[in-house]
Amino acid sequence: MNRLAALALALATVLPARAEEVFVSNERDNTVSVIDGDSLEVLRIFPVGRRPRGVTFSKDGRALYVCASDSDAVQVIDPETGQVRHDLPSGEDPEQFALAPDGRTLFIANEENATTTVVDAQTRKVLAQIDVGIEPEGVAVSPDGRTAVTTSETTNMVHWIDTKGLEAVDATPVGQRPRYATFSADGTRLWVSSEIGGTVAVIDVATRKVIETIGFALKGIAADRIQPVGIQLAKDGRHAFVALGPSDRVAVVDTQTFKVESYILVGRRVWQLALNAAGTRLFTTNGVSGDVTVIDTGTGRPIRTVKVGRFPWGVAARPIPDAKVPDGRAAGAAP
Amino acid sequence: MAAFGARGDALSRRPVSAGLCAAALLALPGLMPGLAEAATPALGPPLAIHYLERRVERPVPLNNEDPIPDDEGARGAELGLKDSSATGRFIGLGFSLDAKVVAPGDDIRAAFRDLADRHFVVINAPAADVLALADLPEARESVLLNIGAPDTRLRDAECRKNLLHILPSRAMLADALVQFLAFKRWSRILLVTGPAPGDGLYAEALKRSAKKFGARIVAEAAYDPRGGDVRDTALREFAIPTRGAEHDVVAVADEAGAFGASLNYNSAAPRPVVGTQGLSPAAWGRPVEAWAAVQLQGRFRKLAGRAMRPVDWAGWMAVHAIGEAAVQARSAVPEAVRASLTAATFEVGGFKGRPLSFRAWDGQLRQPVFLLWPGAVTATAPIEGFLHHRTELDTLGLDEPESACRAFSGRSP
Repeated sequence: MNRLAALALALATVLPARAEEVFVSNERDNTVSVIDGDSLEVLRIFPVGRRPRGVTFSKDGRALYVCASDSDAVQVIDPETGQVRHDLPSGEDPEQFALAPDGRTLFIANEENATTTVVDAQTRKVLAQIDVGIEPEGVAVSPDGRTAVTTSETTNMVHWIDTKGLEAVDATPVGQRPRYATFSADGTRLWVSSEIGGTVAVIDVATRKVIETIGFALKGIAADRIQPVGIQLAKDGRHAFVALGPSDRVAVVDTQTFKVESYILVGRRVWQLALNAAGTRLFTTNGVSGDVTVIDTGTGRPIRTVKVGRFPWGVAARPIPDAKVPDGRAAGAAP
Repeated sequence: MAAFGARGDALSRRPVSAGLCAAALLALPGLMPGLAEAATPALGPPLAIHYLERRVERPVPLNNEDPIPDDEGARGAELGLKDSSATGRFIGLGFSLDAKVVAPGDDIRAAFRDLADRHFVVINAPAADVLALADLPEARESVLLNIGAPDTRLRDAECRKNLLHILPSRAMLADALVQFLAFKRWSRILLVTGPAPGDGLYAEALKRSAKKFGARIVAEAAYDPRGGDVRDTALREFAIPTRGAEHDVVAVADEAGAFGASLNYNSAAPRPVVGTQGLSPAAWGRPVEAWAAVQLQGRFRKLAGRAMRPVDWAGWMAVHAIGEAAVQARSAVPEAVRASLTAATFEVGGFKGRPLSFRAWDGQLRQPVFLLWPGAVTATAPIEGFLHHRTELDTLGLDEPESACRAFSGRSP
């Protein structure tokens, strides 16, 4: 370990109150930008593999996982120094992934070859490669760890994977181009965004049936520009935040009535979302404008725009090491 | 080779035949290795899709490194089948594709009549063939999907109720280009037209679009590349047809690519070349990569060993639309799939960033059109600012009030 890295580590252990950090992958720059969760300044930028997209953290916040799509690897990175510790075998073209509640099993969507790769992050072994639909993208693992799902963008389905047998057991058709999936905290519902369909499907996990399809409408914006991508469920479970792509808005949806309560203007072509640990701030990656909008979830207002790299894609708040906080929910890495 | 039917001899000269045959076999249940666990038991027999092509003699390309591939269109349809089969297996739906290529001079109608199951036929042929097939009594219950003929008349007075158009019309291409010119305020156009009938139609489309969006054709020249090698003479020769009234762009109508590429940088005045060469409106092209198009490009390159061209995209899109209609109907029964495909509510993705759908008044797939030069997507039409009460996509091509098509009246919009 070089001296700089050692210094950074030393600082990390000395500082008493660790500020929260938010990590953003810049797809076109092959870098990760780190934003201070309090001051909202960019603290550091470090290089990663090619075409970084999904990002997530180990439960203890001491390892950053990055889908380096064009490097065909999931990189395990020291979040303090940005140094790559090692690569995980990920299968071809990893795009998004989710860490199971066991803290070690990663479910990785391989966009190019229609599989979901399951990797043990500790032994670094591939446990299985599961055939799913074309262009798998969104991945989520249920809170009880029994079920994983992958959405396939061209097949337009949610594929249900039994995490014991590691096989696809069922498929639920949803709207065109499903991009992101996330389970509710109690595991009874799965939220799935359909980018081209322009909708979000809420699926009853027990029956695997769509129980609600949420549509969006914005004055002065053509319906086909409203393209849902990232979804984050508020920590109190009452609201869902939905990134609406080139309409440059995030929708706030009531999770009981499924009504859209408001739309928040953010940067251009908003892709993914992440909440901080307390759930008080929502971070959005805005692909075309190359920035991150920070939203106060209490007031529903944007409070800051933070310039990052080109095509910011994934975003994840780093769990504060050694602190008792909920697990890091992140874009491209549903719980 | 049985899958290719009577015209297998025409096909056997082409490298594509083996690939298509394999694709047709892939659709048979049980032959897809390693996929058995995930697949749901079949709900019924696979849905038969046909690909019917008229072989057209093409002129030698201006640059020998850039020929029009023999398997243009067919490879796209083949990828469409692979994609649809990969999707269908999760809900027990299967698809098959067989391909038939009719040699120049042979009877395409006979080839159509020989098809065993004529419910869905993807057609890659000139407009006259398309109409001849659409008017066959045997085609009355068919859905024909046009992927090769950009002729606007097929979406206008000569539309047919059993005919859907996947490829954009010349009117759509021209509208896309002229929207771009209007946005840039490059509204004075010097038009150079080649001798082929398609060139004339392309020029007509540009004139109509200019009128529609407030641009002007300030000068016109005909150019015939035959009888000389333009590659040797371009430096001096193109100064003559492009020495016209004051203009902002040189528009070229040269669909076969017989001279247009050499016009770039060889015009009398330093003006950009637009049209069939230079900045070109197209359904698809090599620089397209946004909206996950890079995935489709990658899959196609892997399959065909070359870049995806507009007619390839249309072939893929045609089979993908049929497959998606079947998935939405949860059925491979032809009548159910047709009802789903032609429903007013039908929408399908096509890697163009918007949901695509068929126009109720002429059967044209509404879609964005890319403005390309070989290095980049310069813009995507509809260009911002061109508004339409239904969808901005309907600013491209013949809109409902302009269209003389009546075959679809009675179909809900």
